[in-house]
Amino acid sequence: MNLEEYKGVYVFAQQVDNVLNSIAFELIGKGKDLAEALGTEVTAVLVGSDVKGLADELAEYGADKVIVVDDPELKDYRTEPYAHALASVIKEFKPEIFLVGATAIGRDLGPRVSARIHTGLTADCTQLEIGDFPINPIPGKEQKHNQLLMTRPAFGGNTIATIACPDFRPQMATVRPGVMQKRERKAGAKANVIEFNPGFTPDNKYVEILKVVKAVSDTVDIMDAKILVSGGRGVGSAENFKILDDLAAVLGATVSCSRAVVDAGWKPKDLQVGQTGKTVRPNVYFAIGISGAIQHLAGMEESDIIIAINKDESAPIFDVADYGIVGDLNKIVPALTEKLKAELAAK
Amino acid sequence: MKIVVCIKQVPDTKGGVKFNPDGTLDRAAMMTIMNPDDKAGLEAALRLKDQYGAEVTVITMGLPKAEDVLREAMAMGADKGILVTDRVLGGADTWATSQTLAGAIRNLEYDLIITGRQAIDGDTAQVGPQISEHLGIPVISYAQKIEIDGDSVIVERQFDDRYHVLKAKMPCLITALAELNPPRYMTPGGIFDACDAELTVWGRANLVDVEDSNLGLKGSPTQIAKASDKVRKGQGEKINKDVTESVDYIVEKLKVRHVI
Repeated sequence: MNLEEYKGVYVFAQQVDNVLNSIAFELIGKGKDLAEALGTEVTAVLVGSDVKGLADELAEYGADKVIVVDDPELKDYRTEPYAHALASVIKEFKPEIFLVGATAIGRDLGPRVSARIHTGLTADCTQLEIGDFPINPIPGKEQKHNQLLMTRPAFGGNTIATIACPDFRPQMATVRPGVMQKRERKAGAKANVIEFNPGFTPDNKYVEILKVVKAVSDTVDIMDAKILVSGGRGVGSAENFKILDDLAAVLGATVSCSRAVVDAGWKPKDLQVGQTGKTVRPNVYFAIGISGAIQHLAGMEESDIIIAINKDESAPIFDVADYGIVGDLNKIVPALTEKLKAELAAK
Repeated sequence: MKIVVCIKQVPDTKGGVKFNPDGTLDRAAMMTIMNPDDKAGLEAALRLKDQYGAEVTVITMGLPKAEDVLREAMAMGADKGILVTDRVLGGADTWATSQTLAGAIRNLEYDLIITGRQAIDGDTAQVGPQISEHLGIPVISYAQKIEIDGDSVIVERQFDDRYHVLKAKMPCLITALAELNPPRYMTPGGIFDACDAELTVWGRANLVDVEDSNLGLKGSPTQIAKASDKVRKGQGEKINKDVTESVDYIVEKLKVRHVI
């Protein structure tokens, strides 16, 4: 493999029902950082049926080029034709980096593609940067520059590992949704579109879709929520969760809770965060009236931003909180809701 | 019908994590369990066996002590157990692991291969789809329900906001969610038999159509640059002010961090 032939940062622009997923813009955003470090461009790879109209939106978020693979076989996501599309793009265009969202689609597609083209794939990355491998020089071992260093949590979040893929191209990663920043949208940007169709011939690997069933439930799984407003024993009663519901409504957030709240019968088990509940990693986690037992921390401490409100200054939740507010939640939470309403209305 | 179930012995991450000096996991030093998603996959296979009649073979790659999970699987009702173990297979990433398992499975007849969605140690969810790629068969990931229909399998496949009902011709590989089925308990008779059962042990020489350059640490495209115990998030800022100042403080932080 001649590594020098491989150029450019490529991202898979995931769409479902011809609507682009936010992860596509997040990957373009991160891709721009990496491309700037390498002095190259970001190319979005848009795969589907009748999707060409989405290309400009990708340009608006910063894609320098958009490769469109458009074919009726690609209407609904299926592993084989999508894997064929991406593997063919990689063989034809030879990118040095290929990023895919760590979504239910990307975590299926990524491994199939990486196995087909024989390269490494690092799963669920939370940080990507360009650097040297090995990170520190080792006598007798070549230190390669401009490598993609991919950082991910492992072992139930007990450890952090940084992975490199020095001898194969492209360097592939799936990236956890909601972690990377989108660039500001530049309305009116036009995509530089390259149409590419490798041909799709159904074989034994093509599965048949008998039915597509969309979820009818409108409750968001707390594991998928971007913002969680989580309450603990300090909230005081099932009725008093109303003040958390109001705050959540303003922020488009979801309400979750600690074990004490479930044990008290104030909330159902599927809203419980913690070692015996669910592990959550939202962008923002409000811990309201939660003292922060170690079992609770294990389920939420990887949240990007933790805001704790508690009247007990020595509560352990303050040890992991980015922003800790000592005070009475019954006064602060409703006041915060009103202030946010005013702020958001002014926008 | 013949079903192969891939299972993995994983460290019980509740017991803490230990590393070798090279940054790979020191598996020998940790308590182990059968990976939960794999156990759900095994249960799915055993239910298909109950319903349609099938021979269920469990296969694992690991250290010699990984035979414990094979015996546990047989005590639950699996018919055969195969341990793939060899010094040259150590330090494998998902590429090398899937090459190894595919090389072992090529010795077997199978209609269905079931793996867990992901293991609780690596959390990659890669090995199942990669095995299917090496074997040239379809994959259906994230299965929440499995039925057999003649020479095909019908599977409910979970996505973020929907599920697809998919039909694939066998042979096919399915990755199972832990929610698929609550696993059955081992039976006393099963435990008794499993203690005495012959396990098949394979090494490098038994792998079919796999090159040395695709095995073990040397055959792994991904390499660890750095591994560390997770640094506990340090304490951030803490304020103790009146209600208005507290609220202004939170709103200011939400703005700075681009939340609002």
